[in-house]
Amino acid sequence: MSKVILEVNDLTTKYITRFHEDVYAVDHVSLKVEEGKSLGIAGESGCGKSTLALSLMGYYFPPLHFTSGEIIIDGQRITGMDPDTVRRTILGTEIAYIPQAAMNALNPTRKIINFIEDVILAHDPKVSRKDIYDLARERFEILGLPEDVLQKYPVELSGGMKQRTVIAVSVILAPKILIADEPSSALDVTSQKMVIKMLLDLMEKGMIKSMIFITHELPLLYNVTDDIMVMYAGQIVEKATAQEAVFDPLHPYSKGLMGSIIVPEKGLRNLKLSAIPGVPPNLKKPPTGCRFAERCKYVIPECKTHPIDLRETGEGRAYRCIFSEEYLRKVYQIG
Amino acid sequence: MKQTLQQVFHSGKFIVGFVIFMALLLLVIIYPLFIKDAPLAIIAQGSFFPPGTYVNIYDSINTTDIYTLNLQDAAANRISSKLSNDDREAMKEWLIGDGVPADQIDTSDTASLLDLWEKNYDPQKNIPGMIFAQKRYYQRLNDSVQGILSTEGEILAALNPETGTLEQIGTVNQSDYVNIDQVANVRVLPLGTDNFGRDVLTELVKAIEVSLEIGFVAGIVATLIGLTLGLLSGYIGGWVDDMIMFVTNLFTVIPSFVLLVLISFSIGQEQRGAVTIAIVIGLTSWVWTTRAVRSQVISLRNRDHVNLSKIAGHSIFHIILNDILPYIASYVVMALILQISSAILAEASLSILGLGPKTSVVPTLGLMMNWAMIYQAEILGKWWAYFPVIVAIALITFSMNLMNTGLDQVFNPALRD
Amino acid sequence: MADKISSCLKGEGLTKIFGVGRRKTLAVDHVDFDFCEGKIVSIVGESGSGKTTLAKMLLGLIKPTEGEIYFQGKKRDISSQKKRREYWKNIQAIFQDPYSSFNIFNKIDAVLLDCIKMRDGKKLTNEQKVAMMAEACSFVNLKFDELTNKYPFELSGGQMQRLMIARIFILKPKVLLADEPTSMIDACSRATILDMLMKLRDEIGMTIVFITHDIGLAYYVSDTVYIMEHGRIIESGSADEVILHPKEAYTQRLISDVPKIHEEWDLSTVQYSVS
Repeated sequence: MSKVILEVNDLTTKYITRFHEDVYAVDHVSLKVEEGKSLGIAGESGCGKSTLALSLMGYYFPPLHFTSGEIIIDGQRITGMDPDTVRRTILGTEIAYIPQAAMNALNPTRKIINFIEDVILAHDPKVSRKDIYDLARERFEILGLPEDVLQKYPVELSGGMKQRTVIAVSVILAPKILIADEPSSALDVTSQKMVIKMLLDLMEKGMIKSMIFITHELPLLYNVTDDIMVMYAGQIVEKATAQEAVFDPLHPYSKGLMGSIIVPEKGLRNLKLSAIPGVPPNLKKPPTGCRFAERCKYVIPECKTHPIDLRETGEGRAYRCIFSEEYLRKVYQIG
Repeated sequence: MKQTLQQVFHSGKFIVGFVIFMALLLLVIIYPLFIKDAPLAIIAQGSFFPPGTYVNIYDSINTTDIYTLNLQDAAANRISSKLSNDDREAMKEWLIGDGVPADQIDTSDTASLLDLWEKNYDPQKNIPGMIFAQKRYYQRLNDSVQGILSTEGEILAALNPETGTLEQIGTVNQSDYVNIDQVANVRVLPLGTDNFGRDVLTELVKAIEVSLEIGFVAGIVATLIGLTLGLLSGYIGGWVDDMIMFVTNLFTVIPSFVLLVLISFSIGQEQRGAVTIAIVIGLTSWVWTTRAVRSQVISLRNRDHVNLSKIAGHSIFHIILNDILPYIASYVVMALILQISSAILAEASLSILGLGPKTSVVPTLGLMMNWAMIYQAEILGKWWAYFPVIVAIALITFSMNLMNTGLDQVFNPALRD
Repeated sequence: MADKISSCLKGEGLTKIFGVGRRKTLAVDHVDFDFCEGKIVSIVGESGSGKTTLAKMLLGLIKPTEGEIYFQGKKRDISSQKKRREYWKNIQAIFQDPYSSFNIFNKIDAVLLDCIKMRDGKKLTNEQKVAMMAEACSFVNLKFDELTNKYPFELSGGQMQRLMIARIFILKPKVLLADEPTSMIDACSRATILDMLMKLRDEIGMTIVFITHDIGLAYYVSDTVYIMEHGRIIESGSADEVILHPKEAYTQRLISDVPKIHEEWDLSTVQYSVS
């Protein structure tokens, strides 16, 4: 077993709304990412996957609040650390985060090299501008980005180029883990492919050790990550390898998700696609039993009465359902 | 809708502004129910009576019940209230001139001062360097001091119609009191009277009412013009937009206050009523509303729900009314509030310059300031003639601006805490 | 069979130029097409290919710079508001962003009532109207009783888009222009929307123009596919033909760039573009 880069134990974070209600968007989530591995997080919008990404950085600002649990990055426990220390010593150097639509968050009046200077100087004010430029040029060359991008303004770059530049800037300090939240969903398929290639290159060339990739596009996740974690209503409902998650899902929700994949392949037109009826529960008042019970085809009365734990089935696989593996596989086969 | 209202009333700023504004509004509504005087009725002979309670002396003497109260500090109070600070300083000056050491004289201790005066003052004595007029002044001062010190009552006399002589009909003793409730005429003037002898409070309440009216009329005129032009220019676009923006830019370049002054002046003094002034203010301040509404409409015009409404075959009028206006309503309300407060300020500025409404029936806040200025209330230290007016203007604009920022925080998520 | 299918919407040399002088951009460049009645036609293109401009021209929201549109064999005439209204009875649309497609101040039943009013005037009784709304909602698997007195924004994105389809069900136009109806909603709700579009075609015989950037969706839902690049239609044909045996290099690239699950997604061929 290789080295664990990121370990999260029972992490719970909540939002406090304007009307002082608590919304637990990440509810007792535990996960491990090993060196050289990538983890994908899938789920509908509002299932807490983006909140999980924010929570993993250990840097909280209202309305998001830390409740309990621990985050360990490469042996260093970052929960309980002073937020300012986290900002200075963890963010960027240990863990990097690319938010959704990051490419539209660049200040249009500054050049790309200025953003790189900002990142480096924030952690080490003594580095000279020449050194920064040399480092940036070297990195850009490795990542297949032309050098003259450094002297350009964000508006002069195309969408795909901007996104790749943002990624290059965020990993300039060689963080151990990169969290990418929908890095390619606003892009054309061709640019998307370039962004993905670049992320995989980063892993291959050792600029980052592990990656967490968040998206609701399952075919993409299947092709990019080693493991897939499915989230529903703030909880993990399934953990599996990408292969297992797509072709042999256990949780009825994962099964529903996998049944709605649309890719331009032969035979797609004859498929009967499944869609999950209904809407996710309101997290202000989550149901006591299984959170998916309301929408589940296979629901039995016990599902709604007591909470269901995440069941480990070995080899890192886990699912949150009242039924046994064998039973689920059997009902899926019948259809 | 309900939730928006709830949010509006969760905003601290809005609530404070709203409470102040409502308090002013209630004052305007309730006060006239109790004080029925005409706001510009001249009740005082003479100008700038200080604030206080005015008790009718005639009625006090002629009350049926006279009470005797033996209060220990009555004499001392009487003396100290009658002996002004100027008198005390003058007495001290005479005593020093007479040779009394300055450190023995304490002007704040009435008893010891009068004691020294009794012992040393001699009306015949000539103090070196004192002119005749000053000597007379000290004689008069001494008389009044003797009057104060006297313990006898005042005699009331009446003219006997038969003999033509004054006859004593009674005395008023120093320990005689009347119950103020039994005096027929007592008038409280909390803010005194102004230069013409009018009750400042009554005048002020009416002035707030008129100024608010001017504000509302001007604000509504400005907002209506701005809204209509902005909607047309933003939604229709093309040459209509070009025309309207040309006029708007023209008005933006000319400072609106200069324009306001010129228009008010050219209207002529006789025609300038409160409503006329309000409309003139409204006509010169619609520019910013137009520009803001236009830019909002342009961004709304390309939204899908407008397109959908178009392909549902609705008319332009229907689309503007149903699909555009509700979206900018919150902004328009905020603009209206700002317009009202700035119109009140504009009226005050115009009136101070003497270009305000010409009226002898109703006051406005600006007119009150103007009168106070012309009669030099600020130089004479008659604060009650102008300070409450300033406070009223400040409170109105402050409350409206608070409401505006409060609303802004609710409607503009970027400004939320 | 083939000869019975008549042309529903036809374009000849459609062109749209935005701007003047040096800032002139050719958004749609001499596009010809012929959409058959009762079929789902997909127009696939990346962002900036002019597909939304084309849709707006078809809807009559913007005027083509050049070219003609024929509706059911006749030249389209939308010169007056009355004629436009008549045209819009036959062509309706669903837009990309469900959150901005509804007037947030109207309740759901007001939205549906407006459609009924547009189609049938004021002839119907209240009961008939309610029955009609309930029928439309059940067509898209929404429960009408739960929706009255709600506002559209209280629904999820997928539900809002379904409500949009319920509108279309009431209006029953000849042609439906669906401009990226699934791009703003969750991947797992997309299938539902697509199934409903197919149901509209099968049960009402509606002609649907499905505009998308996702070639997988186009393949799943459509009978005919048009591929657009830089304002031009570069390839067209039946779905199987275009997707499984693409002729143009651009189409081939478009298909190969989509991540798949049964076939290998080849990242090694990626050339970083320099622009």
